[in-house]
Amino acid sequence: MKRLDRSGRHPVRIVLNGMPEEGFAEPRMLLTDFLRHEVGATGTHVACEHGVCGACTVRIDGKAVRACLVLAVQADGAEIETIEGLAEADGSFGPLQQAFHENFALQCGFCTPGFLMSLSEYLEKNPDPTVEEIKVALSGNLCRCTGYHEIINASLDAARALRERRGQTG
Amino acid sequence: MPDFAIPEQVRPEDGHVGRRLPRIEDRALLRGEGGFVDDVPAKKGTLHVAFVRSPHAHAEIVSIDAGAALALPGVFAVVTGADMAAETDPMIVGFENPIDYYGLAVGKVRYVGEPVVAVAAADRYRAEDAADLIEVTYDVLHAVVDPVAACAPDAPKLHPRSDSNCVSKRHFVHGDPDTAFAEAERTTELTIRYPRNSITPMETYAVVAEANRETGGFDVLSNFQGPFSVHTVMALALRIRTAALRHRSPKNSGGSFGSKLTIFPYIVVLCVLARKARRPVKWIEDRLEHLSASSVAPNRVTKVEAAYTPDGTVTGLRLTHWDDHGAYLRAPMPAPIYRMHGVSTNGYFIRHLEVTNHIVSTNKCPTGAVRGFGGPQLYFAVERTMQRIAVLTGQDPLDVIRRNLISAEQFPYKAIAGSLLDSGDYRRTVEETVEQGDLAALKRRRDAARAEGRLYGIGYAACVEPSQSNMGYISTLKTGLERERAGPKDGAVASVTVSVDALGSVNVIGDSVPQGQGHQTALAQIVADRLGLTPDDVVVSLDTDTAKDGWSIAAGNYSCRFAPASASAAHQAATRVREKMARIAAANLNVPADEVEFTDGKIHAANNPDNAIPFYRIGGLAHWSPSSLPDDVEPGLRETAMWNAPELTPTTAKDEINTSLAYGFGFDFCGVEVEPATGSVTVDKYVSAHDCGTILNPGLAEGQIRGSWASAFGATFLEEFRYEDDGTFRSGTFAEYLVPTAAELPDIRLVHPTPHPSPYTRLGAKGIAEGNQYTTPVCIANAVADALGVEDIELPLKPAKVLEWVQAEEPPPSAAVAPEGAAGEPAGPTVEGSGEMQVPAPPERVWSMLLDPERMARIVPGCERLEAAGENGFAGAVVLGAGPVRGRFEARIDLTDLEKPHRARLAGTADGPLGSSRGEGAFELIAQGGGTLVRYRYSVELTGKVAAVGGRMVRGAARQLIDRFLRALVREAGGDADPGTSGGLSARLKRLVGGRA
Ligand code: FES
Ligand code: FES
Repeated sequence: MKRLDRSGRHPVRIVLNGMPEEGFAEPRMLLTDFLRHEVGATGTHVACEHGVCGACTVRIDGKAVRACLVLAVQADGAEIETIEGLAEADGSFGPLQQAFHENFALQCGFCTPGFLMSLSEYLEKNPDPTVEEIKVALSGNLCRCTGYHEIINASLDAARALRERRGQTG
Repeated sequence: MPDFAIPEQVRPEDGHVGRRLPRIEDRALLRGEGGFVDDVPAKKGTLHVAFVRSPHAHAEIVSIDAGAALALPGVFAVVTGADMAAETDPMIVGFENPIDYYGLAVGKVRYVGEPVVAVAAADRYRAEDAADLIEVTYDVLHAVVDPVAACAPDAPKLHPRSDSNCVSKRHFVHGDPDTAFAEAERTTELTIRYPRNSITPMETYAVVAEANRETGGFDVLSNFQGPFSVHTVMALALRIRTAALRHRSPKNSGGSFGSKLTIFPYIVVLCVLARKARRPVKWIEDRLEHLSASSVAPNRVTKVEAAYTPDGTVTGLRLTHWDDHGAYLRAPMPAPIYRMHGVSTNGYFIRHLEVTNHIVSTNKCPTGAVRGFGGPQLYFAVERTMQRIAVLTGQDPLDVIRRNLISAEQFPYKAIAGSLLDSGDYRRTVEETVEQGDLAALKRRRDAARAEGRLYGIGYAACVEPSQSNMGYISTLKTGLERERAGPKDGAVASVTVSVDALGSVNVIGDSVPQGQGHQTALAQIVADRLGLTPDDVVVSLDTDTAKDGWSIAAGNYSCRFAPASASAAHQAATRVREKMARIAAANLNVPADEVEFTDGKIHAANNPDNAIPFYRIGGLAHWSPSSLPDDVEPGLRETAMWNAPELTPTTAKDEINTSLAYGFGFDFCGVEVEPATGSVTVDKYVSAHDCGTILNPGLAEGQIRGSWASAFGATFLEEFRYEDDGTFRSGTFAEYLVPTAAELPDIRLVHPTPHPSPYTRLGAKGIAEGNQYTTPVCIANAVADALGVEDIELPLKPAKVLEWVQAEEPPPSAAVAPEGAAGEPAGPTVEGSGEMQVPAPPERVWSMLLDPERMARIVPGCERLEAAGENGFAGAVVLGAGPVRGRFEARIDLTDLEKPHRARLAGTADGPLGSSRGEGAFELIAQGGGTLVRYRYSVELTGKVAAVGGRMVRGAARQLIDRFLRALVREAGGDADPGTSGGLSARLKRLVGGRA
């Protein structure tokens, strides 16, 4: 890794949900702070900053990652996907969002971006999961409002919708 | 496929209320477009705040030196307790008490994590840097953490103005308990210890404050949840007019569950800091701060005595509570215990009651509101007692519950301590739950399991679920005389404003400060129904602004206030708008106003739908043509309802209080199995039913029940804020304070019993969000008691603890089995380790290296400076970290028993904003070949933030540090400690250092 000056601010360029973004970050700035306060993409939330709650989950080059454990400078050059990129091109809900909506799978919505991003990766890897598999896949995301029941149902619905969509296009 | 348990129930007079309308809130939240405090763009120049917090449970503050911090570029201001004492008044609570509380420690710290200094800097990272540079020295005092021990005359005292840590004691007699107990055929006694927990919302506290020179006050944005009675507390503390404290809350709040009530002391501190810094200041609390120092439910010790007949009818109840509120009382504390006072007898026909409340200060985080608000503690005691009585009378516990429940004819029922239970049929709810939840099948499962020798039990719990608190109940803790002097307090005013504009668009604002409960959706449903519109025609804005909104002291989101209060206020405001529009329309339709109806966007004659005028036309007339309105109709269409219920009366001279307005009823049963080898408890089946009257939106209601179940499951099995006897805090991260995840939370069977709407609320709705907080912990505890035949059940049900109960009842298992979970338990306050390693230099050289401050400075990881101090000592500064916390420590090490060049002992201390440590150790240098074998051992005791992140992380960090130190020592001695080139030594090092600590 190239060496960075500790107190200097360094340019960080990312592609965020398909759009190029640029900002400046001290080497110690977290990716969460960079996304939220440098770029202004406040959809990603921060709830523990020690890698336990999953609220800050984003996808970096396709992989679901806890953005609170990543430094902004480490993400330089990466493609990042966040909740802001989940809707359809016309702005309507994508399958994950629609399933959460229909199932009452969110209350305060603070944990929701993390769940959605974890699921968006997971359902690509496992398009037809069982309830038990979903529970394990979501065990790194904390929600204090719902009892997870609705989130699990939404995940099953989203998986089905995504399978159907793939069937149509594929 | 969506899978819901609560059916839609639309009353004939409604179109949308009762429907499972998907949430309006989702439209923004699911797109990442929510508006939480930290999403609101801060003004340019806004500073960020960090706090220096106490590493000690109890200590005198000797000195605070912020010089180095203020010298740092980008640091603007600091505020200390001394500033607070000079510039603010202590924050008042609802009664005369000996505690002076300023938000920052003044003179003394009283719990680990207590804020001591606030510092404002250009960004968050600089603020943290500055906080680390602030040097606070302490004189450590003895601490007390147990509420009963704290009341002893020789206990360490927290507050100088009180000679006891029991800051309030009240004794209540309702009926004639003395006679009931004297004449009782049987009595029993049980002591309950209910732990400290909270529901730790995902979004932490967030405050932005700015001084407003125009008003002489402050503008604040925060996720404060109410009650807004506390707005007065803040303004009085700040010595400003209440109207000059403008508080706004944004549209979204990331959960609260009560905890965001006690943000208010931080708001006061930030206001003072903003004034001093002459800039807006912003603070986003971090998780460790939240877990250690925001707010928790009081833990409680309760001694229950019950008088009963041989058939299990309870004739008298005595409750003696020691309610542990931690270091300070913050308004409206100690409210939880008084909020439940009126229902001390739960849903049972018990006419003789004695209650003694001790409100106690200890060296722990101060308390606040937590979902359930006094109920979990109370019902755990009462429902455990019912189960005990069943055991003692040889009955099924369900029969004891049934026998004592109030019967349907008795409603509305005035409980002996004053609650007016509005409606219900508790026995019917129980029977419906038993039937639909198939208790018979569960009993067969239990019998089959027991026949195989397994430990299986069934538990039951019933609860009355209060909603919409009477703002007067806290006065019950005053004597009748004090109440008379203070003037009456009662009621609970809720406010909703409905306006219709010139094109017939409807706007609704309200004071309910939601944190995820879906209030926007429910209010849109209610108002749409009143006005003959659809919810999509209604825009609901629930961000608040004290300078502009209709609000009163009860505003906010707590104690299940929405369904009874805000829904009623919305109904009332919409009804007023409707009546006014009906009068305008009537003049146009040529029918009397009371024969006008509102349907599908039209206003029409009831008996002739064709005689109609569009809804928007009446909006237009009201705004554009005041002259065409009937004579006594004011122009415009905007109605604010300030809704209150007359049933919420003040505390009587006999200390009776109707603590809430509407009372739902919950009944749960469950089957659990205890694994005898490990003590782990599995919930086999859990059935839960709640009669909460009219359901406004079953999707929202079900979410509240399931959410309550999840947090109650956490409280039962996982969640506890742990303190050592010396006040050291042990639960500072989500790795130590465990909360349920999808993986371990069992599903529940929800039964929807016949609803009994409240006669006292406009729509018949009662609160529903707290029910499982009341029933679940004790339902599962009763099941475990049934499985094991034990009496004392203490939460949380950690396997190691349950195993002790199993072993107390059973012969120990034949093979030695390590209790599951014991390994995962955080360690005690000590981190220990030992090891040995080879250094490629003779003992003399190693010895001189170890005693040379300059060389040591190079070797010690994170060492910033090190110098000789005294004859054989060092002093210096090191930066160390464990997991998420990192900080600078002032360290001092003294060597004793020196036997050059063979061995020495060492003792040392390290103090910093993250905590303190005291350690001792020894090393030995043994000549071996041309080199030295170094043998060492150490033992370090920790307090403060470092301790709070928990044993696992600290042990890991200690291992790494020693590893780095030893590698550096080898390198300094001329060896090669690079793992890439010296696999043998590296592996050996790892084995030695990693294996033991
Ligand atoms: S905020 Fe990143 S895991 Fe919690
Ligand atoms: S919806 Fe509030 S934390 Fe999950």
